[in-house]
Amino acid sequence: MQTNILKLDCLRKTFGGVVAVDDLSLSFNKGEVTSLIGPNGAGKTTVFNLITGFLKPTSGKINFNDTELNHKKPHVIAAMGIGRTFQNVQVFSNMTVLENVMVGRHLRSRSGMFFSSILPPMLRGEEKRIRSSAKERLALLGLDQYADVPAGSLPLGNQRMLEIARALALEPTLLFLDEPASGLNARETVVMGRLIQKIKSMNITVVLVEHDMELVMDISDKVAVINFGKLIAEGTPNEVQLNPDVINAYLGT
Amino acid sequence: MIWIQHDPVIDSGHILLKSLFFYPVLKKQIRKNITGRAMTESTISDILQFMFMGIQRGCIYALAAIGFNMIYNATGIINFAQGEFVVIGGLMMVTLTMTWNLPIPLAFLLTTAFVTLIGIAMERFTINPVKHPTVLRLIIITIAVSIIIKGAAMCFWGKNSHFMRHFSSAETLDFYGATILPQTIWIIGILLFIVAGYIFFFNYTMTGKCMRACAINRDAARLAGINDRKMVMLSFALSAGIGAIAGIIITPIIQMDYARGALLGIKGFGAAVLGGLGNSMGAIIAGVLIGVLEALAAGYISSHYMDAIALIILLLVLFVRPSGLFGSSEAMRLKEF
Repeated sequence: MQTNILKLDCLRKTFGGVVAVDDLSLSFNKGEVTSLIGPNGAGKTTVFNLITGFLKPTSGKINFNDTELNHKKPHVIAAMGIGRTFQNVQVFSNMTVLENVMVGRHLRSRSGMFFSSILPPMLRGEEKRIRSSAKERLALLGLDQYADVPAGSLPLGNQRMLEIARALALEPTLLFLDEPASGLNARETVVMGRLIQKIKSMNITVVLVEHDMELVMDISDKVAVINFGKLIAEGTPNEVQLNPDVINAYLGT
Repeated sequence: MIWIQHDPVIDSGHILLKSLFFYPVLKKQIRKNITGRAMTESTISDILQFMFMGIQRGCIYALAAIGFNMIYNATGIINFAQGEFVVIGGLMMVTLTMTWNLPIPLAFLLTTAFVTLIGIAMERFTINPVKHPTVLRLIIITIAVSIIIKGAAMCFWGKNSHFMRHFSSAETLDFYGATILPQTIWIIGILLFIVAGYIFFFNYTMTGKCMRACAINRDAARLAGINDRKMVMLSFALSAGIGAIAGIIITPIIQMDYARGALLGIKGFGAAVLGGLGNSMGAIIAGVLIGVLEALAAGYISSHYMDAIALIILLLVLFVRPSGLFGSSEAMRLKEF
């Protein structure tokens, strides 16, 4: 029996007269890779923004491990163990690669962040601990040789990896990846697919928005198809591929 | 009763105009001053003397500029109350040391803590509650706060200039024919100490790194679990504290009064812009540069034109390099030190 880690209940978001997310009910199973697919403008990124607190839902409920997320701020949600990457890569461009990951790590430091900065001896130890665990994350993603390079000078593929490393530094139990393969070439996409499976094996639930169908069908345990903010199909990759509504949404009538 | 008071801002604007219109006169005066003197040893010691004066003022501008940059980096706004932090720091120090007779180190700490609290209160009560914070709205709020602080300072401390004893002896030291006040050495030392602290804080502490992250990309910072509002509050606290220190160390030399904030703020802002807004290392160099130019102008042209000349040079530099001396894309790496 699968347990839900995240449950959306009649989630709705309107921008003026436009309904971006239309009474969407969806649940995500713990430890699985779930893909959210749908045509451009279907509301996938809006769903991500609602869950991670960047947007406030118009109505409906978001439950994460039985805690309601509706009115929580992004940094609080992050602290609860929900990590995320953006569709357009967002790294701290003039900080080094290592510093980027360290910033993602700060929440998991033992002493409170503020006190660690006013008590120098404690802080030195704390900083070292954060530094070494940040280095581990970099090694995991194969970025360790770039540790001291400014993040902005990395090629896009590596910046994307770095963003994932920063999200993993948070020790999330739930990770949202917004089009991780966009802008990557075929070889890099394969690497990304393997990485996502590795993340899954670390007992992290992954939710993916992706247009690369080969990648989606390859690594997903479950696929949910959204169009005009509504859920039109849900199931295993095979089930979804054969669903007439899905074919309709993608190819038109 | 009607007060006719000198508003430093209006004064400097006035002088600015005058110096533009009377440029030929000014030129004559420069020539007279330079040719009227033989290049002797005394000229060199004069230059040295002006340099000391300039560096001492420049340090204060540099500290004010760091304050501007901190808040600019965290929020994208210019805090026009920055000069008032300096004034309150100076006046508070006068009260604690001269009236209450507290020892200087204790008064230093209390004053800095007090002004830091003012900075926090400013952020909590005037910046944080704004529903739709746009840059223009927030800037106008800082102007309002500066007027309020200035008014409150006038009520508490009156309109007179306040004297304060020097940190150590007030006797001048001889240095290659020029004289230097021990207070000047204090000022330079404290500036260097703050710069070192600044570099340490932003590069080697997690809080500093988080503040930088927040300045570079706020959304990504929130996602990494950084409370951006808290970072904004912290930037106000730190820049108020640094402003207070600037006020404390300069007061024995310039005698503080409630209305000095605007001009100190403008010079500090000038230093921040000249150094490339947001670039604190550039601001320190630019601050000292403005101070030295000012002192040379005062010495060789006229002390009346002192403020104007610094601002004219600022304008000329900005015509040629709008991004400031150190604001080029190449210097972007230098930006966060």
